[in-house]
Order: sequence, then C-alpha cells, then structure tokens
Amino acid sequence: MSPRDTLTFAADAARGTPVRTALMVLAMAIGVAAVVVLTALGEGARRYVMGEFSALGSNLVVVLPGRTNTGGIGAGSLVTSTPRDLTVEDAQALLRAPLVSRVAPLAVGNSEIAYGGQLRDTLVLGTTADFAPIRRYRVAEGRFLPAEDPRHGAPVVVIGDTIRRDLFGTRSALGQLVRIGDRRFRVIGTLPASSSGLGVNADEAVIVPVALAQSLFNSNTLFRILVEVRHREAIPQGRSQVLQILQQRHDGEEDVTLISQDAVLGTFDRILTALTFGVAGIAAISLAVAGILVMNVMLVSVTQRTAEVGLLKALGAPDGTIRILFLSEAALLSLAGAAAGLILGYFGAWGLRAAYPALPAWPPSWAVLAGTFTALVTGLVFGVIPAGRAAQLNPVTALAKH
Amino acid sequence: MAQIELQGIDRRFILGDSIVSALRNISVAIEAGEYVAIMGPSGSGKSTLLNVLGLLDPPDAGTYRLDGRDVTTLGSNEQARIRRERIGFVFQSFHLVPRLSARENIALPMVLAGIPPKDRQARVGRALEDYGLADRADHRPDQLSGGQRQRVAIARATIMRPEVILADEPTGNLDRATGQDVTQILEALNAQGVTLLVVTHDQELGSRARRCLRMEDGAVVEDLRRGPSSSGLR
Repeated sequence: MSPRDTLTFAADAARGTPVRTALMVLAMAIGVAAVVVLTALGEGARRYVMGEFSALGSNLVVVLPGRTNTGGIGAGSLVTSTPRDLTVEDAQALLRAPLVSRVAPLAVGNSEIAYGGQLRDTLVLGTTADFAPIRRYRVAEGRFLPAEDPRHGAPVVVIGDTIRRDLFGTRSALGQLVRIGDRRFRVIGTLPASSSGLGVNADEAVIVPVALAQSLFNSNTLFRILVEVRHREAIPQGRSQVLQILQQRHDGEEDVTLISQDAVLGTFDRILTALTFGVAGIAAISLAVAGILVMNVMLVSVTQRTAEVGLLKALGAPDGTIRILFLSEAALLSLAGAAAGLILGYFGAWGLRAAYPALPAWPPSWAVLAGTFTALVTGLVFGVIPAGRAAQLNPVTALAKH
Repeated sequence: MAQIELQGIDRRFILGDSIVSALRNISVAIEAGEYVAIMGPSGSGKSTLLNVLGLLDPPDAGTYRLDGRDVTTLGSNEQARIRRERIGFVFQSFHLVPRLSARENIALPMVLAGIPPKDRQARVGRALEDYGLADRADHRPDQLSGGQRQRVAIARATIMRPEVILADEPTGNLDRATGQDVTQILEALNAQGVTLLVVTHDQELGSRARRCLRMEDGAVVEDLRRGPSSSGLR
C-alpha cells in the first residue's frame, strides 16, 4: 500500500466519525495551545525583565569608590584607609583599556534650580556626552551635553521632564537661562517623560557637564564611573582591565568596587528561563492527557471497525499494513490537533499582547516545535496499542462481527 | 495436479472446557475452473472449510496445497499476499466499507496491493460497466440496493483477477430475483475459468453447481458430481 493511499484511507476513516474526531482534535489542540500560550507568557516575562535591564545597558560596568568586600587580616586592613577618590582623570584613563568603548564619569548632588522666580529642589547629575548612549537616554527636544574636555564644561544643562513642566509649563525651555545653585546655565535639551532605567528616575534631575557639577558642590570626587565594554561577553576581561588601570593610578591599591549588571542579568535570565520551562512542562501534562484520549478514541474506533479490519485482512492486507493504517490515523489526528492548537495558541498569545502591551508575549520557536513534536509523538505512542490490537484481530471472528 | 488439494484437514475450537471439532479429516481435491457447492446444515463446518480455503483460518492438522504449493506453513505476510492476488471473497453480508463509495470499495484490493491510481481507475471503470454499476459509482453502500451491494462486492472480489472465488451464502441476504441475478454473475465468472466455491443453504443454488460437497458434523459425507467433467473446461 503506497504512503499516499495509506494517508487517504486513514483520513477517510477519521472523517467517518466527525464528532469524535473533532473532539479529539480539540483536546490535542488545547494541549498544544496551552504549551504555546504559557511559554509565550514565560518568554514574554523574561524578555520584559531583560528589556528593563538592557535599558540600563547590559554591557555596563559601574565603578564605585571604596571596597565593599573585606579581605583577610593583613597589614593593610588594620589601617583604616579612607578610599582614594575617583576623579575625572581616572575616568579618562579608563578609555585606554582596549575593551572599553565608552566611559562616563558621574558626580551627583542635590541643589536647587530657579527660573523666572520659581525655585525647585533638584538632583544634579554631572557627566559627559557619553552618558546618554551608555544609559540609553534620548532627548525630547534640543540635544544632550556636547562632547568636550570633561575638565572644563560650558554652562549648559539638559533638564528632566518634571522639572521642565514645573518651571516652563507649556513654554519652550530651549535656550532659556536657569540658575542652579549659584551659577547660570543655558537649557540645551530636555529629556522625555520617564527616562528611567530600573530605579533611577531622571524626570526630576538635571544633567550638567561634570566639571561644573564638581564646582557646584565644591569637590573633585566622582560618585560613579560608568564604563561600557564593547560587548557582553567581554565583561569579565573588561573588568580586569579597568581594575588594573585604576590600581596603577591608585598606587597599586585595589580600592574600588566594580559592579556589572551582567551578573544580575544572567541570574534573572536563568531564573526566568527555568520558569518558562516549568510552565511548558505543566502545559505538557495536558498534552499527555490528550494522548490518553487519542488512545481511548482509537480503541473505540478499532472495536467499531472490527468487521472492516476483518475485511481488510480477507482482501489481503498484512498485519503490518493494518497497524500502519491505524497509526497513521492517530498521527493525522495529532497533527490536525497540533495545527489547530498552534492557531489557537498564537491567537491566545496575540490576546495576551493586546491585553498587556508591555509584555512581549511571543511564543518561543523551540516551544512551538516541541509542542507540535510532542503532540505527534504522544499520538503515535498512544496509538501503538490500539493499532496493535487491530492488527492482531482474528479475521474470521472479526468478519463475523457485523 | 489439482488446483486445490486438502489432505487430512482438522480444525478444532475450544468452547469453554469442551473441544468442538469443526472439521474432521477433510480430504478434497478441486480442479481449476470447477464449480463446487458446499452444502449442509448449520454448524456442519461449511464456513470453516471456506475460511481454511481462504487462508483466514489455519487448520490444526493436515496440509493444504494451492497449485501444488503447501500454503499452511507459510508466514502470515505470504498468506496475505495469496489472499490478495489469488483469492476473491464474497460474503453474505457484503462487507462493504460504509464510508467509501462503490468505486472506492471496488478499488480497495488494488489500493492494498499498491497498484498505482491510474491503473486502478481504468480497471474500476471497466468493472463498473461490466456489473451495471456505472451510474452508481459514487454512491455509498447505504444508497445502494442489496443486489447492487452484492454486485459491488463481487466486482471487488474479482478486481485482482483471482483464480479462486470463495462465496459464503452470496444470495442469503437477497430476494429471489436479485439472488438469481447474483448467481448468474458468479456462474459467468466460472464460465471464464475462475474456480468457484459457494457455501449455501439454498437447494436450488446447490443443484446448479456441477459438483456438490455435502457436509455433516465437520466431515464431507457426500461428493456428488453432475454434468460434464470440470476438466473439460480447462
């Protein structure tokens, strides 16, 4: 019997009992759809969290002054050493490291900003032009800080969205002079609303050149240095290069702490991937239930078609052909169920995305493949027993049943 | 050498704790092209004999030679092949597949034999013409009369051009006129040289055959030949 004839015969047989076939396809479809939707949900959650972290720059290394981890007792640890300050020169020196692509020094302080008789407290961030690409900031209007020598800065400021609204309302802020602390700055750009990465909200901050921030606060230390390495894989090597340069500059003492978001990111990635696998596993249970249903339906089918099996044997169908006929029927039912389930699942995932636009709930391709494959294998595995039963029927007694 | 040679065929069934002998020491030789009626009361073993001849039921003892070849010892796939290529079955209750059209039912043996669709179409078309079913080709069995169903079944049994046709009460479910019609079709096939074995209760049908095997209690009690010798047809 040719494969095409086998499939045609099996499809005809399945169509012969439309209600039963439809119910079975539905059960299989729900199983596959559950896999698709739940993995889409898990994957969506993972992508959402990853996206939030990437907004901070996933290949970011943050340099903090001082050491947070305590070593063993040694000559050095007995002396209470105030850490050496981080300076703008330290930040510039880091650009020498081959794996470092961008560096932004960051000085932070609180001050007040005044315009047209209005006064407001504000967070002042002193940094350089590279801060924007490192933190993925965009400007709403105007432009960000100009690229210039970080030791001297032009008196210009980029203001956060809340500050802009409070001070200027609907008027344009660009080109206006504001007073911050005791100095005058020209507004050259504004940030869009909620320019945040996790945590820090730039809406209530103003950004000025680092040199001016330092003179505002009358200090020459930095709060942080943000270092961007060329790519995520280079983070471990980039860290050691950064550490080496700073150690050299600080008389051989390792007095800084490096934090890379990569580590946090990796942990979250693993947790959420495990979660996705977990929900996929739960969904797979419904596939197994559907498989048992396939077996049940096929057993009923064999019983109802006993006379037909007897006839096929009388017409000269070998046992193997009969087994393949019933297995093909189970496989076709499973595939039809899988196809319907994929449509249902994609529709469900679309519904999720429509309901929660922030969640990129796209089913991962591995889950789609695995769901379809599992459906097919389940159908075949649970089809083996009924098909074997059909093949083993005694033709004489089978023909007598009519 | 006879086409069909049975020697010492026994067939026993276990019913509960008793053993029932359906066939006892049957030895029969049938030449190619013979027309044989197998008659006898219910439970005399007629159908079992037919099933043994059709390789559907393995005998417990004895040998069955088809064209000189011992077929009782063949594997099940080989036996299936012989059923497919050399034996045609006609049943009392027709045994048509209900969801398939007349055309598809007739084509079924060729589908199982793996004959390409193009050849199938031509042969089924011819068979539909021959059996007067051309205008019923796409009807399903439940849309056909009893006579038409049995004609579909006979067309199916002959589509592989078998040498032997085994018919179990072929007219049992038909009215008299239709039964005669079916009998004539079967006899026409026999006239073309096909060996025809018919199990029947019907005295009239039995008396038309040139040879009659009368069975009682699993044994052949009478082997009656009439008319011209079947060997004359070869």
